[in-house]
Amino acid sequence: MEQYEPERLSPVQLAAMRRSLRSGRASLTRRSLLRASAGGALAVGGLGALTGCGIPAAGRTQGGTSAQDHSATEKTLSFSNWTEYIDLDDSGKHHPTLETFRKRTGISVKYTEDINDNNEFFAKIKPQLAAGQDTGRDLIVLTDWLAARVIRLGWVQKLDPSNLPHAYTNLSPQFRNPDWDPGRAYSYPWQGIPTIVAFNKKALDGIEVKSVSDLLDNPKLKGRVSFLSEMRDTMGMTLLDMGKDPAKFTDDDYDAAIARLQKAVDKGQIRRFTGNDYTSDLTKGDIAACVAWAGDIVQLKNDSPDVDFVIPDSGYMTSTDNLLVPNKARHKTNAERLIDFYYEPEQAAELAAYINYATPVEGVKPYLAKIDQDAANNPLIVPDKAMQARSHSFRALSQKEETAYEEKFAKLTGA
Amino acid sequence: MATVTEAEAPPLAPETDPKPPRKRGRLVPYWLLLPGLLWLVIFFALPMIYQASTSVQTGSLEEGYKVTWHFATYWDSLTEYWPQFLRSVSYAAAATVLCLLLGYPLAYLIAFRAGRWRNLIMILVIAPFFTSFLIRTLAWKTILADSGPVVGALNTLHVLDVTTWLGWTAGDRVLATPLAVVCGLTYNFLPFMILPLYTSLERIDGRLHEAAGDLYARPWTTFRKVTFPLSMPGVVSGTLLTFIPAAGDYVNAELLGSTDTRMIGNVIQTQFLRILDYPTAAALSFILMAAILLMVTVYIRRSGTEDLV
Repeated sequence: MEQYEPERLSPVQLAAMRRSLRSGRASLTRRSLLRASAGGALAVGGLGALTGCGIPAAGRTQGGTSAQDHSATEKTLSFSNWTEYIDLDDSGKHHPTLETFRKRTGISVKYTEDINDNNEFFAKIKPQLAAGQDTGRDLIVLTDWLAARVIRLGWVQKLDPSNLPHAYTNLSPQFRNPDWDPGRAYSYPWQGIPTIVAFNKKALDGIEVKSVSDLLDNPKLKGRVSFLSEMRDTMGMTLLDMGKDPAKFTDDDYDAAIARLQKAVDKGQIRRFTGNDYTSDLTKGDIAACVAWAGDIVQLKNDSPDVDFVIPDSGYMTSTDNLLVPNKARHKTNAERLIDFYYEPEQAAELAAYINYATPVEGVKPYLAKIDQDAANNPLIVPDKAMQARSHSFRALSQKEETAYEEKFAKLTGA
Repeated sequence: MATVTEAEAPPLAPETDPKPPRKRGRLVPYWLLLPGLLWLVIFFALPMIYQASTSVQTGSLEEGYKVTWHFATYWDSLTEYWPQFLRSVSYAAAATVLCLLLGYPLAYLIAFRAGRWRNLIMILVIAPFFTSFLIRTLAWKTILADSGPVVGALNTLHVLDVTTWLGWTAGDRVLATPLAVVCGLTYNFLPFMILPLYTSLERIDGRLHEAAGDLYARPWTTFRKVTFPLSMPGVVSGTLLTFIPAAGDYVNAELLGSTDTRMIGNVIQTQFLRILDYPTAAALSFILMAAILLMVTVYIRRSGTEDLV
């Protein structure tokens, strides 16, 4: 199996080297002396405490730092995931796939649904990871942009390919080479999250919606259109609509897309930028059409016959939620075995049948058809070749770009 | 403390050997204060120091943050986000006034006219607190739905034409407008207004009303000259309990508002969680705190009441 081997040092590595030179042992005495004297002087003014609490540099060694792996002796694994993101039996207490995993491997999984929001979860685990401590978690699930950030920061461990034979063989080609983790050295997708255009047929009342342009320009939809507050999904869809590739756009392209959305905001065309809460507005018809997450729409369609979706001709965005092993995790090998387990098509089918997101595993269709024929034929759950060809992903951003883009997007959404 | 000393020291020679018992007696109040002080230090003082430090740091996530005494962050964030500050204050003020207008008659009714219904009405006031803040806010999405009865009635009565002209609503809808946000704020903080109002109204001696009547005061004059001045502590603490959390709230603006209704709480949240600009987020929090402190001080001084409830 080939792994990504960087030929040159990345900017992060260079920065880390410079830092180690500047703040290495030689410079330590003078710096600490200065800091101590400055602190002493300020303590007189009662402000001494302030200097003491800088936030340490986040970047650590590339490749992550491992703790001693206790997998061989401790047959457990602590897995943090998003809420309602795994199969559940009728009693509502057991996760059948995790039971199967335990029966087969003897590893019992401590499964916690403690991720509700990428930003909040990042804020939660940041102190430990920045300080090089164990988070108490062996496996976490982060959306791609955040996965890219923690890989960039060196907070997660490189996976051992020899423990991941199924994952390597069955990973869908569209997810194989994201620019933030080429060859999947650190991460494997848990699920894919297509972003599409959804609408309420009754609320549209004959108005045709086929693209993001229709949402932005049709005056009949004024004040009845919403976009997502997730920057990459909204901007990706808008860039695609403007004929740009979200995988290689420039700053100017980004600014143009922001300007296009800003015009729609100023006109009152866009009602809101939403998180998951657009779903109730869409079923009620307060929102006639919106940019939406496919997983939500698959579920809404079951309950409300008026809701439907369209894939714009310009294509659609697919982001992923990714399994990662944080630094200092005690059970890395167990975690890798679990990742590999979910890349067996049979297990992936169990999962896909329950959670309605796009499966990243090849060969799921026949197994899924046995459980749920409709799901197996749904291109949002099992994307066929044609669907995969129209799927796009957002390119990795440097930290500077990320800050600048998020700031511009925040301005657009009001703050 | 004095009683302890007297009880344990020999009564004939109180000055001879008072040291051990007095020392112990002296320390008791401090020991009793300790849990509260620890709480204050750990959950108020330390976070405040940490925040103050963060607000004058510069750096980035990858290179770490260092205290550089960069006070310009304060000025920069104020010039950048003053519209959101202004909006927070005006929304919170509007919600407070609405709460007072709605809450005062209700508190008056409960205190003086409710009779045996008093407890039931009090329970009804508090009942919404049994569900979560989020659910209560989301309920307003259904109440104010575009095709719902409330908006329908307001449209038929042409009320929305007026509010749209004032800039409070947009066209024929209420959701995702300033009005919806103020409605949500008013609803969520109304009990905080009613409860202190009720306590101070309930304490008024009914005979004062009779006396006012005996002196030929008409009901309105009685209210203006007797009841209202005596209820001022309730008014002041009610407005504070409503205004302060409303000014910092971001949930209502997030769920019921739109891009042009974002309050300072939303900005802080975005800066802290999305843009990861911790210094700006901390500076904004301090500016908000200082602004509220200033407004509250001026308000309490001008209201001319000594005690709050």
